[in-house]
Amino acid sequence: MDAFLGYYNYWIVIALMMTGLYTVAASGNLVKKIIGLNIFQTSVFLFFISVGKVSGGTAPILAEGWTRYSNPLPHVLILTAIVVGVATTAVGLALIVRVNRAYATIEDDEIRRSDLPDSS
Amino acid sequence: MRHHHVLHVVAKMVIPLILLFALYVQFHGDFGPGGGFQAGVIFAAGLILYGLVFGVDRLRRTVPPGVVRGLAAAGGLLYAGVGVAGMVLGGAYLDYGVLLPDPMAGQHLGILLIELGVGVTVAAVMTSLFYCFAG
Amino acid sequence: MEYVINTVLLALLAVTAGAIVHLRNLFAAVMLVGIYSLLTAALFVILDAVDVAFTEAAVGAGISTILMLAALALTGREQTAATGPSAVGLAVVLATGAALVWGTLDMPHFGDPNAPAHVHVAPRYLEGTLTEIGIPNAVTSVLASYRGYDTLGEVFVIFTAGIGALALLGGRRES
Repeated sequence: MDAFLGYYNYWIVIALMMTGLYTVAASGNLVKKIIGLNIFQTSVFLFFISVGKVSGGTAPILAEGWTRYSNPLPHVLILTAIVVGVATTAVGLALIVRVNRAYATIEDDEIRRSDLPDSS
Repeated sequence: MRHHHVLHVVAKMVIPLILLFALYVQFHGDFGPGGGFQAGVIFAAGLILYGLVFGVDRLRRTVPPGVVRGLAAAGGLLYAGVGVAGMVLGGAYLDYGVLLPDPMAGQHLGILLIELGVGVTVAAVMTSLFYCFAG
Repeated sequence: MEYVINTVLLALLAVTAGAIVHLRNLFAAVMLVGIYSLLTAALFVILDAVDVAFTEAAVGAGISTILMLAALALTGREQTAATGPSAVGLAVVLATGAALVWGTLDMPHFGDPNAPAHVHVAPRYLEGTLTEIGIPNAVTSVLASYRGYDTLGEVFVIFTAGIGALALLGGRRES
């Protein structure tokens, strides 16, 4: 039981990561692919924060009466990564909007079909 | 959403509080949770709420897109400029200790300024992204 | 108690992610992504990352949901093509997942105070934040001072992404 709880966070993170990867690979809809990438990205955030947790510790804001704090370094890395993540997601969505303007669809098989030379 | 009176009244009450809270998060980040990234996002969320409830055109008139783009660059330049100021005063790049005679006070000033730069850039970029998608 | 909440929230997160993949209606999927982000933020609070939770709640449940909804309004809210379950995709994902689980087996246990991640630079930052920087929030002092270069880079990444979206969708004059 102890070993299971010791790895539980990592395993759920892997399950989420694979859910995201599967969505990117199997879904034909471009917005769905971006959602899959978002899930993948969040799983990485969760992994870092899980690694940074120290049992019995508290948030790394120094206060009297506490001696044990969780690791602040992963917090810093993920804090910036979240905001960068939304900015890059916006670039992806902007690309999708442009694709939709050019092809009038956001399904990747339809896009590929209309790119074939004989389709016109 | 032009004719929802409840939304209009509630938004008018809530938006100033959101912006005020963003400023609190910005300048209280040294002592509690918060900082430039969070404050920028919250400030932008307040502006976006205004745009959603009162119409994007009104938001455009209040916060012109050109100004927003300028602010996005200005925040980054403020951050980089603090680094250069440290070099001019004889320290390393982004070394805040030399900004003031007392190194600890210098660190405080440096962190305050660069967090301000981060907050301005993040708020401006998020608002500008909203303008992009809102058409 | 902490661990119970952690366990339950992670299970909820896995269920939400499964529902997002399963849903065909993109509008519903985007709403679920908002819920997913909020659950993640709650989890970050439990894992002592209050600054991160703050950011995730504001970004994930706020801005990114609105951006996705706006993108849907410009494209379409239904996934039209009926893409069935992909056998190749499933096989790849299961193999990768199994390899990753195998990789976790020699990691330090969750919350282990003697894990290598906690003994190298973190104690140095926690000690120095009061004596060198003079502010109690270690996350801010690492973000702004000890690792100021990283943050400078991140700010310019955000700026560049903003310019990229602007270049793709343009101002209003174009449309």
